[in-house]
Amino acid sequence: MVTTGDVGVVGELHVLAVDDSFVDRKVIERLLKFTSCKVTVVESGTRALQYLGLDGDTSSIGFDGVKVNMIMTDYSMPGMTGYELLKKIKQESSVFREIPVVVMSSENILTRIDSCLEEGAEEFLLKPVKLSDVKRLTDFIMSGEGKKVGGKRSQKRNRSDDCISSLSTTCSTVSHPCDLSSLSPSAMSSKKSRL
Amino acid sequence: MDRNNSRRQLAAMKQSLFDQGHLDEQFIQLEELQDDANPNFVEEIVTLYYRDSSRLISSLEQTLHFCACGRERNPLDFNKLDTIMHQFKGSSSSIGAKKVKAESTLIREYCRTGNAEGCRKSFQQMKKEYVALRKRLENYFQLVRQAGPMERACRPK
Repeated sequence: MVTTGDVGVVGELHVLAVDDSFVDRKVIERLLKFTSCKVTVVESGTRALQYLGLDGDTSSIGFDGVKVNMIMTDYSMPGMTGYELLKKIKQESSVFREIPVVVMSSENILTRIDSCLEEGAEEFLLKPVKLSDVKRLTDFIMSGEGKKVGGKRSQKRNRSDDCISSLSTTCSTVSHPCDLSSLSPSAMSSKKSRL
Repeated sequence: MDRNNSRRQLAAMKQSLFDQGHLDEQFIQLEELQDDANPNFVEEIVTLYYRDSSRLISSLEQTLHFCACGRERNPLDFNKLDTIMHQFKGSSSSIGAKKVKAESTLIREYCRTGNAEGCRKSFQQMKKEYVALRKRLENYFQLVRQAGPMERACRPK
């Protein structure tokens, strides 16, 4: 059984990171540890579900429960994509649905971003993920905001309508996100207004 | 002093890696994740990258049918190529390998347009850069070690 929102004894967030790339797993792990998070890294959506106890095989897991405060998943993975993992988690009971899920991708594709946000993703980050992205996320979750997620189309989406409606215009002007040093592409792809 | 000399060389080496477009901002981002407990993180990641991507390089070479015999080559599996390149580009981007990443983007474009010759040529360009960068980074990290811990320890957490 997974509990969410509860921060560990020392005020540490526990983040589950999912990525099929070995290098990216190492980087995200370091980013999260640097921001004082406890990190569990897995290589696939399947493994992530197993870890959370959502694979229908909970009897094989010997421990009481896993406290995960946030999930960060790569989008493009063989087998189960990050999007599919996101959907599976959001379709679960309220306990799991409340876990903020952040999707990461090296590709700045509007339809992809939009479908992830529609499906309840907390944020969509462009890779390579920066320390500032992770800090922003962990601050946000530590502040307790992460608990307020409603159904699929959460109230966050409504509150950040100005951000979403400008998303298409800002993103359309970003043709080479990696070359714009003054603009953070991942910030543009997130619901920035409430952070 | 040897150390000061090393530090000057180090700064110059780093500057040229950036000026010549071999590395981008991501490399700096990784350096900023180093601290006393993890002083060699960047070197570790770069080592992992080269180890991990070598199998992708082999796979690419195989898929591109590079053979010395010069006989008629079979059509390329562009989908497979693009899939491998997506992975390769991703990890190259994660270590800040700017030129490798740019060449990878080019290869993917050729995959999309089904241009076999373009794929092969840009792969060769990319591999050249990939190999050259490895050497330069090896030298860089060697100098980092010579320059001493002061070079790494000044990052506030």
